[in-house]
Amino acid sequence: MSLAYYPGCTLKTRARNLEESAVASMEALGLKLDEVPKWNCCGAVYSLADDDLIHRVAPVRNLIRVKKQGKTELVTLCAFCLNTLKRANLLMRQDVEKRDTLNRFIDEGIDYSGEVKVVHLLEVLRDEIGWEALAQKVKLPLHGLKAAPYYGCTLLRPREIAIDNVENPTVLGDFLGALGASPVDFPESTRCCGSYQVVGDPGDIAEYARPILNSASSHGAEALVLTCPLCDYNLGRGQKELLKKQSGFREMPLLYFTQLLALALGLGSRICHFELNHGSSESLLRAKNLLSQGESVRPIGG
Amino acid sequence: MSAKERKKKSAAAAVKHRPKVPAATAVKEEKKIGAKLIPIYIMGKRYEVPEGLTIMKAMEYAGYVLIRGCGCRGGTCGACGTVYRKPGDYKLQVALACQKTVEPDMYVAQIPFFPANRALYDFARLTATPEEVFKLYPELFRCVACNSCTKACPQGIEVMDAISALKQGNIAEAAQLSFDCIQCGLCTSRCFGELAQYHMLQLARRIYGARIVHRAEHLAEMVKAVDEGKYDRCLEELKKAKEDELKKLYQEREVEPMATGEDWKPKDTTYL
Repeated sequence: MSLAYYPGCTLKTRARNLEESAVASMEALGLKLDEVPKWNCCGAVYSLADDDLIHRVAPVRNLIRVKKQGKTELVTLCAFCLNTLKRANLLMRQDVEKRDTLNRFIDEGIDYSGEVKVVHLLEVLRDEIGWEALAQKVKLPLHGLKAAPYYGCTLLRPREIAIDNVENPTVLGDFLGALGASPVDFPESTRCCGSYQVVGDPGDIAEYARPILNSASSHGAEALVLTCPLCDYNLGRGQKELLKKQSGFREMPLLYFTQLLALALGLGSRICHFELNHGSSESLLRAKNLLSQGESVRPIGG
Repeated sequence: MSAKERKKKSAAAAVKHRPKVPAATAVKEEKKIGAKLIPIYIMGKRYEVPEGLTIMKAMEYAGYVLIRGCGCRGGTCGACGTVYRKPGDYKLQVALACQKTVEPDMYVAQIPFFPANRALYDFARLTATPEEVFKLYPELFRCVACNSCTKACPQGIEVMDAISALKQGNIAEAAQLSFDCIQCGLCTSRCFGELAQYHMLQLARRIYGARIVHRAEHLAEMVKAVDEGKYDRCLEELKKAKEDELKKLYQEREVEPMATGEDWKPKDTTYL
């Protein structure tokens, strides 16, 4: 069985480690991620100005093209893409006037009113495969790995598009549990990484990363598990600053959930592209016997 | 006589008193077609021009002497990008003036050049990484997927999809989708995000051609043979030949048949 899949631009460049591990893992689980043809940027961020319809064009055009291909569900992997696509979809379902304006402007030959269901890969794993079935497919359980699920904002906010309980999400922790890891609950798991606010002006980037990383660390986490390339970028750069600034700061490996999925399914580290991760996870993965002899996952920079 | 009628009359008079020496091509075309006149508006001014002329020839017929916005006249150089609208249709249409024939009541204006910054780069130093393109053209990420560029392309290129491919780091896809680009710049003239699509995609095609696509081995062999002087002798012979002799050689040359296998060879293989 195959699922219509929307990758997003970053997953094709900087975050290939998020994508390639996911595609290989889903294939191993018997649910092929079938990339939709002719997709464009998701819009990058959902504009909050009510009448700023031009920035809704990109996500809605993607959804129209998915509908045109006869698909009813679209799987996303990047939390930010999920957010922009799902919010634009909600607009197309709820606001008739804006829907008509967008349909006329986008001019793709068919009208759209939010028929496509946008889901995140974690929802597919939870609702279509199930944690028990997933656990049974695990070949290399992540026993002893204390991993903190970090949700950030975009999987959960606003409430209308959340993939889990907004206040007390469990999906990522349950996922880690199914892989055999020990999920570490920590209070900052839904705190913002700084988002686009610190991309252009990285002055305070360490101050955004500090409470998240310190909190995870003080609750005993050995790694932070992410779903979003922007969280990875901000926390990665923030952590670099903290290593310079905060004496005694211990580096926290930042891993995508799909990298751990691929490792647990026994697909090896090569497909995970750990070399693209911020900071090194080599010593941790080696200590947990998740790397075979001779495998190296050193970062290539950034 | 109303102001409108006066205007119409004077426009008709202007056409009657068109320049004494219109472009040779326009006159030839007029005779051939039999000169049924139709009204068109060039930059807002009404002219009656023979039906069947291209926009470019119609402009020349109306008295324009084109020294820019006109190149190959064969639809491949991209110099004559043109926009037009027809009464009752809100949509802007695009064309190459040398290809599109005039239609009654069309309002046309040429956009022979559209300002767009081209990044400076040392091509020899470029590899095939997407990040290099992102650095040279950061405005790539201003695209909002409005698709106006695609609608503005007289070549029918899916410009927005090519730009999307480039954003995704897929240089090969961007190059292939934009292969028919003639650099007319109409995409850029319509861009909401102020991208210079035609320059960006040209860079993609350059990188694709030089760094991504497989090299043709036989080409390298041929270049080597040329460098080693294999064909110097026959070129010298041609240089020394008299005009009559050259004509004879040209007329009697053996032409490769339209449909033939790759192993085709001429009967005379002296110069191969």
